[in-house]
Amino acid sequence: MAAAKRWYWISLVLVVLCVPLFVKSSYVLSILIVIGLYAIIVQGLGLLMGYAGQVSFGQAAFYGLGAYTAAILATRCDWPPLLCVLVAPFLPALVALIIGRPILRLREHYLVLATLGFGILAFAVFNELIGLTGGPSGLTGIPYLSVGPLVLDTDRAYYYVVWGFLGLVILGMANLTASPIGRAFKAIHASEQAAESAGINTALLKLQAFVLSAFLAGLAGSLYAFWVTFVGPSPFGFTASIEFVLMAVVGGLGTLWGPVLGAAIIVGLTEFLRWGVPVVMPKAGGEFEIVFFGIVFVLIMLLRPQGILAPGRSRRVARAVVREEKCSG
Amino acid sequence: MGAEGQYIQYLISGITLGSIYALIALALVVTFNITGIFNLAIGEFVTIGALSAVTLRAAGCPDVPAFVLAVLIAGVIAATMERTTIYPARKASVLTVIIITIGVAIALRGAALLIWGTHPYPLPSFVDIPPLALWGAVIIPQSLFVLALAVVAVALLFAFFDLTYVGKAVRAAMINRNAARLVGINPARLSLLAFVFTGMLAALAGIFVAPITTATYDMGFMLGLKGFVAAILGGVTNVKGAIIGGLLLGIIEAFAIGTLSSGMKDGIAMVVMIIVLLICPTGIMGLGVSNKRTGSWIAWLRQSVGIGSR
Repeated sequence: MAAAKRWYWISLVLVVLCVPLFVKSSYVLSILIVIGLYAIIVQGLGLLMGYAGQVSFGQAAFYGLGAYTAAILATRCDWPPLLCVLVAPFLPALVALIIGRPILRLREHYLVLATLGFGILAFAVFNELIGLTGGPSGLTGIPYLSVGPLVLDTDRAYYYVVWGFLGLVILGMANLTASPIGRAFKAIHASEQAAESAGINTALLKLQAFVLSAFLAGLAGSLYAFWVTFVGPSPFGFTASIEFVLMAVVGGLGTLWGPVLGAAIIVGLTEFLRWGVPVVMPKAGGEFEIVFFGIVFVLIMLLRPQGILAPGRSRRVARAVVREEKCSG
Repeated sequence: MGAEGQYIQYLISGITLGSIYALIALALVVTFNITGIFNLAIGEFVTIGALSAVTLRAAGCPDVPAFVLAVLIAGVIAATMERTTIYPARKASVLTVIIITIGVAIALRGAALLIWGTHPYPLPSFVDIPPLALWGAVIIPQSLFVLALAVVAVALLFAFFDLTYVGKAVRAAMINRNAARLVGINPARLSLLAFVFTGMLAALAGIFVAPITTATYDMGFMLGLKGFVAAILGGVTNVKGAIIGGLLLGIIEAFAIGTLSSGMKDGIAMVVMIIVLLICPTGIMGLGVSNKRTGSWIAWLRQSVGIGSR
């Protein structure tokens, strides 16, 4: 069993390592990098939604905060890029720590709206704090990521960086969910009252999940900043936050590989639509693909709300559980 | 224009925008009370109403029939939405339904983008008279129409609740959904009714505000969100609170834009929402009822003004 598991991991690592040997197109590589970045964010969001039972529609704010922090540290303070990547995620984590306790007290609609409001507020700040963020025109002149004399300015090198970080995150998540803390998270998700009465500090655990999710979003943001070497507000808006939730839900909440699969499906679908729709409808312009996102979103929630990879709970059982939750709530 | 004139100007534009927020908040609160769902797609019905009206007018339809038709289109779409997405998920968790309404919102916004594109469409004012001057401030006639719509809609709504049989059933469902079910009020039919009615109300709000703001495919998104802020400000379940919350938000926003910065326009509403959610989640109408710290004097103020008591 243990040996089989080890081979499973080793073969996965080998596949990830070998991909750039076969993929020559920098377009495909850049898509893979984006998938890796989003998968890091969605790992955090998946922990928050799937285990802690909370939701955040403001994850793009932490993503942006990480990107801007890294960009400002690198351009204004001349910090070495690698140090920026490692330090920048702490600011979003700190912000999450401050706003987390009051926000996570809220439930359901209120939690959705409060996090959504936070995201929109952060987006407005990115746009308006021109002295610091450059406003709508953004921050330019961010150096490439470098480790000593090694400058990672190709997509191939950056692919390894991003997927390397993603690998560490997944490893961390695998350990976390197998630990007592992970079991406590699962208990909260099953029933908050029961977890509380079993002596689990649910408020603290939820806050920790929220802070960790902000940290991971910030990490992805700082990696993003050194990849495109330009940070503007547009990738950190409301649509991005929605897409992250969509990825988490599509992939399957409470699974290790769900976030990666979700990110791959949504990014892949976006690219496919970008190519495919103009062929079918030449007049369509702008962000037309959001129609399909909306429809996919609704269909998934109607047909398989637990996501693609989540352990198959039959509809009848799911309904019984919901009924039970309604009775106890 | 003197300083006073400027403040009056802020007040007027605040009340105009606030009436729209109030109407959207009203739509949200009514749906929420009946179904327990926040319809996060409500803003898209504002868009559908305004853009359909523009298109129908451009096709040669006279004003009033175009507006009526646009509202009916929104009603049909709302009915379709309720039947195909909300009704099948009636047994799902609240979070699932919230995400569904967000999904519908995205799909509708995308559809609007496909049909109308990104450029703004103007809708002429309902009457062609020059702006009025009042104490050094300028009032656009369309503002008066918006205000009148808010007053008429609220009056009709209260008449509907108090005088008609269906209205009484709705009120019963708003007070206690399960008890209403026990006495034979069909919640599924009420849910459909709520979605259609509030969708049409939102569309009407869109048609009235379009001459001021112009109509774009994404005009409803922010308006819908501000409607939420207004509803939260008023206490989510409180119909009167929604109206007061809407007006208050409009006025706060107008003054903040005028005196601080116009770029933070959307940020201000979010700050208001977050503050309200954190300090008094029951809204301004709930102040003094549940909050012991700030209780006494606000409760006194409320009683003396006579609001918030049922």
